[in-house]
Amino acid sequence: METRKAIHMVDITKTFGEVVANDKVCLDIRPGEILALLGENGSGKTTLMNMLSGIYLPEGGRICVNDNTEVIRCPRDAYNLGIGMIHQHFKLVDVLTAAENIVLGLNEHKLIDLKNVRTQVKAICDRYGFVVEPDKKVYDMSVSEKQTLEIVKVLYRGADILILDEPTAVLTPQETEKLFAVMRNMKADGKSIVIITHKLHEVMEISDRVAVLRRGKFIGDINTADTNPQQLTDMMVGRAVSLNIDRPEPKEPVERLMVQNLTVVDADGVKRLDNVSFTAYGGEILGIAGITGSGQRELLEAIAGLQTMEAGSSIRFMPPGKEEVELVGKSPLDIYKLGVGLAFVPEDRFGMGLVGSMDLSDNVMLRSYKCGKSAFTDRKTPRALAQKIVDELEVVTPSLNIPLRRLSGGNVQKVLVGREIASEPSLLMSAYAVRGLDINTSYTIYRLLNEQKARGAAVMYVGEDLDVLLELCDRILVLCAGKVSGIVDGRAAKKEEVGLLMTHLEEEAKA
Amino acid sequence: MKNKERTCNPEPFMRISKRGVVMPLWKSLGIRAIALAAALIVCAIVIFAIVKLNPIKVYGAMFEGAFGTNKRMWVTIRDMMMLLCIAIGLAPAFRMRFWNIGAEGQILAGGIVSAACMIYLSKSMATIPMMILMLALSVVAGGIWGFIPGWFKAKWNTNETLFTLMMNYIAIQITAYFVALWENPVGSNSVGVINSKTKIGWFPEIFGQDYALNVILVLALAVGMFIYLRYSKHGYEVAVVGESENTARYAAINVPKVIMRTMFLSGALCGIAGFLAVSGASHTISTSTAGGRGFTAIIVAWLAKFNSFVMIPIAALLVFLDKGAIEIASRYNLSNHVSNMLTGIILFFILGSEFFINYQVRFRGGKQKEVQA
Repeated sequence: METRKAIHMVDITKTFGEVVANDKVCLDIRPGEILALLGENGSGKTTLMNMLSGIYLPEGGRICVNDNTEVIRCPRDAYNLGIGMIHQHFKLVDVLTAAENIVLGLNEHKLIDLKNVRTQVKAICDRYGFVVEPDKKVYDMSVSEKQTLEIVKVLYRGADILILDEPTAVLTPQETEKLFAVMRNMKADGKSIVIITHKLHEVMEISDRVAVLRRGKFIGDINTADTNPQQLTDMMVGRAVSLNIDRPEPKEPVERLMVQNLTVVDADGVKRLDNVSFTAYGGEILGIAGITGSGQRELLEAIAGLQTMEAGSSIRFMPPGKEEVELVGKSPLDIYKLGVGLAFVPEDRFGMGLVGSMDLSDNVMLRSYKCGKSAFTDRKTPRALAQKIVDELEVVTPSLNIPLRRLSGGNVQKVLVGREIASEPSLLMSAYAVRGLDINTSYTIYRLLNEQKARGAAVMYVGEDLDVLLELCDRILVLCAGKVSGIVDGRAAKKEEVGLLMTHLEEEAKA
Repeated sequence: MKNKERTCNPEPFMRISKRGVVMPLWKSLGIRAIALAAALIVCAIVIFAIVKLNPIKVYGAMFEGAFGTNKRMWVTIRDMMMLLCIAIGLAPAFRMRFWNIGAEGQILAGGIVSAACMIYLSKSMATIPMMILMLALSVVAGGIWGFIPGWFKAKWNTNETLFTLMMNYIAIQITAYFVALWENPVGSNSVGVINSKTKIGWFPEIFGQDYALNVILVLALAVGMFIYLRYSKHGYEVAVVGESENTARYAAINVPKVIMRTMFLSGALCGIAGFLAVSGASHTISTSTAGGRGFTAIIVAWLAKFNSFVMIPIAALLVFLDKGAIEIASRYNLSNHVSNMLTGIILFFILGSEFFINYQVRFRGGKQKEVQA
């Protein structure tokens, strides 16, 4: 049993106003291990690590680094102690090169010798198997390259303890494998690595030990070899949760939406969608996979009438019991007036789907406030509907009159999905509907989508977790750089196959 | 590992955090009252230290300046209504996050058409139709002045801050032109009191008060704006557009239309303020008819968070401070700066109290400390 501790955190407490983010958390990090810090959203994982890396100061408790009690007041203190954190949202300067970003803020009182920096960076890369081009500008880099640069930056500063905050959230399966390989190399070199995540299969694959947080409290730690995903889930959620997603066979699928040659060019002249064609059927869930920014948002927005489309694009919508309509050239107002039952759960909850400063019932009426001839809004119907959503979807809220922004992400999402479903849609589009949600709420959302499928609605589900896509969807459309790189059967497809389609459009086109 | 020699207290001197729950009304009112009391104490010290006057007497003089006589009280009320009217006009624009700092120009636009009516129609119309016509024309004139930047914003996404500001200068120049045109008596470089004998186009007396109509008109607008913003579909659209244009488009709201409509409304209400200033107060027009009130009203609208009823006490306080400052300046022969300082101190404390309403401050060694022991 290893007894030495690289980091020893005792009784760490941190509050934000009334919210207790960390409540007397004790955590050890051992030298040369990969520790997975597991917990649902809002369980305090990132807060805890932010205190280790000097972003926040704990209100109670102490931190020992190599058996000395230390006060980490700022990220520089953390660097001096050999602690470096790679944040979920990268902290890089876009217009600078890789090498410039690495030395930025080192504040040495002498001229920076970039040539020397390049040599050192090269040495770090060779040692662990990174690829970094020191003179490449950050804005030219892919997400994966930026992440690599962040890691190299931390290593350059002499970190022995690396904290990675949800590093795989933005990576494809292949990139994740590369990252894990590098992490194993670093571990072999004696570095300690903390990986913050809520993806269980990653925990099982990469970590040596798992520590679980729940609602700001430390629940326990366990060697990865001695546990399994079910046990970890139960620790994380606090009770037994079923990890299976239903996938009933589609009943009598009917053509609902036929998209042909859809092309969208954004304001900068970049083709966001390129000749996209597919058909969505009522009674099935069509998954849409792809690296973030491959055109998923534009696709759904185009169907909802929020994008200008190039000539030749066609979106034919066949609502049940109504005449077929062409959606290209129609504004959201036109589509609303058609009354065809098009529901849309957008990716950006507060930037598009909801109004954060308004209360629940005001948000519920966002899509329907125009009803009726009166110059005044009807308050009663939305209020009743808001109450119904709160009751049926178990939205946790002190009242209906609270600004939505004050609710947690999961509850906000329930309100949004609940509102869209309440319109009894014939087409339900959802973008990243479970992003940032805890396991329990995610499963509620899957259940709601399945209910809509059973009702005969065509459901389009844009997702980022391939495992979920493969469990939930009947078919999966894969987007790569705005093009359809393939449509696969959700029951038969393999994860690697989808991952390959997400990144390798050109090979596919040649074949 | 570099060793740092740092022995300072790990606990920072104080922590500031946002309050988790909204304060009950009595508590927030209490904080504001404490702020006002503190402001008066600090002002007293300043008064005594700088000009060696008895602060109590100075405060008394301020009060007399604002409410000392019946006439003064009504002038204070009149000016307060004017300021309130502008703030009500700004409210929908600001609610939409449209930074309309062009109220000055919109006031002048309304004022010019009112003065024109008084000058050109003085022989041909009865009082009531004349009032209605002036009201309608000032609504149109102010509305157009607000609509122009709204239209450019809706069509080409121009910056409304610069645009509305520039529109002020245009309005001032146009006013200067009309002042020259209507100069009376010739050579005075001012329009003089219009229809000073016949009082045609002046607000009629109601209940024996010159300014009762001002009060009735503005309070009606206040109620109307409150209902409009809170209960109408238009008001709902304004709030959604203000929060996020993307959300508004998603909700099938015609964003350009809402921007143009709301800016017409905002300008129109400021135009009514111009009508009040000319027909209901000064009975003349000059380039200083708006007199910076288009900017002061921004403070009123924001402090009230666009609630027209909350605007009433705020407008009252600002006008009271202004009148009081003028009085003490003349009575004690002080320079303007001293009275402006007092106004500044009082505003500083009132605005500063918002911080304590929204945040809590905990000092080192406070009750939270036991955890560490």
